[in-house]
Amino acid sequence: MDIGQAFTFSALASQFLVGLSRAMILFIVCSGMSFVLGVLRVPNVAHGSLYMIGAFSAFSIASLFGGSPTGFWLALIFAPLVVALVSLIAERALFCHLYEREHLMLLLFTFALMLILGDLVKLTWGAEYRSIMAPPFFRGSIPIFGSAFPRYNLFLLIIGPLVAISLWLFTNKTKIGKISRAAAVDREMVGAVGINVSWVFAAAFVIGCYLAGLGGALVAPTVSITIGMDHGIIIEAFLIVTIGGLGNMWGALVGSLIFGLTQAFGVLFWPQFAIVFPYAAVVIILIWRPTGMLKSVW
Amino acid sequence: MPIAGLFIVLLILPPIIPRFYTYIIALMFVTGLLAMSLNMVVGHGGMFQFHHCAFYGVGAYSLALILTKTTLPMWVGFVAGPIVAALVGLLIGWLCVRLNRLYFGMLQISLGSLIWAIVFRWYSLTNGDDGIHGIPMPSILSSLNSSYYFILIVLAICLVGMYLIFKSPFGTTLQAIRDNPQRCEAVGVNVRRHQLAAIVIATFFSGVAGVLFVVLERSVFPDLLFWVLSLEIFIMCLLGGWFTFLGPMLGAAITVALRTFVGIYTEYWTLILGVILILLIFFLPEGVLGYFIEKFKERGTNAMQEEK
Repeated sequence: MDIGQAFTFSALASQFLVGLSRAMILFIVCSGMSFVLGVLRVPNVAHGSLYMIGAFSAFSIASLFGGSPTGFWLALIFAPLVVALVSLIAERALFCHLYEREHLMLLLFTFALMLILGDLVKLTWGAEYRSIMAPPFFRGSIPIFGSAFPRYNLFLLIIGPLVAISLWLFTNKTKIGKISRAAAVDREMVGAVGINVSWVFAAAFVIGCYLAGLGGALVAPTVSITIGMDHGIIIEAFLIVTIGGLGNMWGALVGSLIFGLTQAFGVLFWPQFAIVFPYAAVVIILIWRPTGMLKSVW
Repeated sequence: MPIAGLFIVLLILPPIIPRFYTYIIALMFVTGLLAMSLNMVVGHGGMFQFHHCAFYGVGAYSLALILTKTTLPMWVGFVAGPIVAALVGLLIGWLCVRLNRLYFGMLQISLGSLIWAIVFRWYSLTNGDDGIHGIPMPSILSSLNSSYYFILIVLAICLVGMYLIFKSPFGTTLQAIRDNPQRCEAVGVNVRRHQLAAIVIATFFSGVAGVLFVVLERSVFPDLLFWVLSLEIFIMCLLGGWFTFLGPMLGAAITVALRTFVGIYTEYWTLILGVILILLIFFLPEGVLGYFIEKFKERGTNAMQEEK
């Protein structure tokens, strides 16, 4: 492809949509991480592993139904719940005993969790590549601006904003959401008014991990599911929540859009170094605004 | 005195023990030096140096590239490795020290990942994810035993240097900054400049470790700069003891030994590493060496009280 062809309107538009749908997946995963970061103030290193478990569980649930559309929808509902259950067990059994300890220990705990979960996934599902099919309705592609755009990506473009709105409703309109926001700002005060902070933290952790699982289940039809997919996403998630402003949900959205779009356009400009563009964008943003684009909740 | 004894034992070991063990001990030295250099910033400086192995990789790649791609004399590569690592450390450190705690760590992860991504993708220069193998070495380092001695001697020099820095007024100030940055600022210490200096020194030593890695393995690959390795070194520091001088060395030795011997029986090494880390966090947060030093002190004070 020569340069002139690469920058036609149709190529730009389709890359824009590709980047946008990638950004939606990133946003769903990162909003979960950002939520945990906001309330617990711990970057959850195991978040990527939970995302991977979400994808693998989706595969298992979908294959129970022999790849029928019902299987896909059930996988979308139950795979994140499996992840939430795993995170609840880890939180109640081990993590909750560490809240009084210093930050670094919490972070290293989540790293230990990542190491253990990574190998447990290998034990359970093995090292082969897996894939699941989207329902027939989402297969194939439709023409947009003269280039083919996968239907499933359109579905992602609808799901992303839905998750954003639900999260906003949850944190602003429900009691537990409001408590968790309060706990993010001043946990002593929340404890002082008689709320069990430990359970608020547990709820926040599980919700954050649920979102990781949801991201994993949603991404499953578009990628090959394999061990090692945790390593890729976690560093991206880290960077996105950092450039967005730690703990800020809308920051996670802004960060995901920047990350997804720079990557998609990078493929057009310089395919070999497409992976470098988002990282470079992150570095430029952090040099320009060291604490992220939007206000951190810390 | 016990250290000198240990040094002599390590000097006479290679001809006696099997080649494989010589290699493992040399690997412990290299990893140990890397962990020690990280501990200068994390344990003694109290900074969240989350992507330390980026500098290790930069040191290793600098040497590898000079030896394979240029016709410069070989010693230039050995000198350039640590210096390039320190220069990258200066640049990244200068950007990072403006920030506090977690933001410091996050910015460093992003900058380190940027370096990793470039190394991973720049096929024409770094061979991308294949890495560079069969790097030519000076004839003096041709055998494993001579590499071992070279690594041991460089390690000894570095440890002496690190110890002098640790005990120097600079090192003491750094530890004071770790414990109470506000007070240090108030008494007129330039906190940021001290932290930056510590980062540059530590990255220099990690560059040395990178060079030694190339001497031992004769190959480099992008995993050297991957963030998972950075956190593994973190575990080594924790395992040995943050607040001790030689702790990270011990932690690295234990980790390398465990990985080697666990690897014989099972492929699930990271599972075991994770369990070890959780046990450490819950039961031994001050590390193995820290624990023994504490015990030793306790016995000392008990004995003194009995004397009274």
